[in-house]
Amino acid sequence: MSIIKADMDLCQGYANCVMEAPKFFDIDDEGVVVVLQQEFGEDDRVRIEAAVRSCPVTALRIEE
Amino acid sequence: MSPSTVIVGGSVGGIRTAQALRSNGYVGEVVVIDAEPHVPYDKPPLSKSFLDNSLEADRIRLISEPEVVESRIDLRLGNKAAGVDLSNRMVVLENGDVVPYDDLVLATGVRARPSPWEASDGVHLLRTLDDAQRLKEDLAGARSAVIVGAGFIGAEVAATVKKLGLEVAVVDPLEIPIGQVLGADVGSRFVGLHHANGVATHYGTGVDFITGSRGDLVVGLSNGVELTGDVVVVGIGAVPNVEWLASSGLALDNGLVCDEYCRAVGQPNVYGVGDIARWFHPRKKQLVRVEHWTNAVEQAVCVAKNIVRPSEPTSYAPIPYVWSDQYDWKIQIAGETAMAEDVVIIDDPANKERFAAVYGDSKGTYCGAATVNWPRAMVQCRRMLEGEFDLSEPVGVLRQMVSSSSKLRSASAD
Repeated sequence: MSIIKADMDLCQGYANCVMEAPKFFDIDDEGVVVVLQQEFGEDDRVRIEAAVRSCPVTALRIEE
Repeated sequence: MSPSTVIVGGSVGGIRTAQALRSNGYVGEVVVIDAEPHVPYDKPPLSKSFLDNSLEADRIRLISEPEVVESRIDLRLGNKAAGVDLSNRMVVLENGDVVPYDDLVLATGVRARPSPWEASDGVHLLRTLDDAQRLKEDLAGARSAVIVGAGFIGAEVAATVKKLGLEVAVVDPLEIPIGQVLGADVGSRFVGLHHANGVATHYGTGVDFITGSRGDLVVGLSNGVELTGDVVVVGIGAVPNVEWLASSGLALDNGLVCDEYCRAVGQPNVYGVGDIARWFHPRKKQLVRVEHWTNAVEQAVCVAKNIVRPSEPTSYAPIPYVWSDQYDWKIQIAGETAMAEDVVIIDDPANKERFAAVYGDSKGTYCGAATVNWPRAMVQCRRMLEGEFDLSEPVGVLRQMVSSSSKLRSASAD
């Protein structure tokens, strides 16, 4: 299992991750990312990697 | 021999294509060629956090060095591509080297439109890290700046330079510069934003001349006003970097002309990604070219998939999304707002720092949105752009968000 890590201080609410992988990310009323599901399996890897790379401020990373 | 994909251009479109190739299981060689000597860096911070010194160059990298190694990306920096030989499938570099490919990705982006006004020095364009570095050096000793062009780059630079403590004036030939994109009502709020932050605007007038040199520049406006500044920044748009492809035989017309799968017309093994690509948008049924960061990232993913699975290509039909940070405004825009016939502005009486505007086309169908300091509203707006809704529907959703957040506020106040 791999784990999604989000840096809430870096997050600026651009929300590209939410559009890419809505099952895993949301945005709260303050405009900060909410990780809905931290762990993910191989089936979701391509999507999560794309979501992580779509963050304009590199607030997301994957921990193996 | 294993296949090889050569990517020309190491900015966000090129680097994200290389990464997405690996994500999608591509096992061949991945070569990225870039004219600049710098480790691939991200451009949006150049007008903001890099320019105001809150982020150094090593903090705006597009990819870490361990990932370059791990993803087996062969980065060839400081190499300018001079042309493409389609029949022999190779890229020719300016130094005479040739790089053979099986698939070729063209991602050389755009460059800042050159200033038509000449002054000896102190007049800046802003596109590359070197541009930003030079501007930073000139700003360090300056007390005043004139920004020519009030698009995103101009407005962002104005905000950043003001934050650095300089006196700032912005010039644009349009009366309401962003009004063409967001309409006059929303555009007027953007004009007011500069004023509220103590930045002067000279709108509805052109620039006739710029004279002088660093520390003593004069910008002569068409209306007779002469502005003085230690530094001038010219942000008047961008032009696609396609000249190097002129003799290649590729279809060039305001960018690299591509089909709906982002393949260069008539060349199934050549793809365009990012600002350079003018592709056939299957929903809009026309060629479009988009100079936005998120577009480059999404197009990179699409192209990587199409290289890995060429027999079942995915067409590229994104919903445009762009952001801009100006002063204390976090601006987000999605969909098609420029062609809209109708706009509804939703203010939040409990939070005057934020608002949203939603746009409808000639049939009253919801087609785009802009938000200020309201990322959650933008998520709703972007989601609804994936379907087809009457304009009244996103209006209802946003009004509901306003009323439920005010209820929440009064409940917590009790």
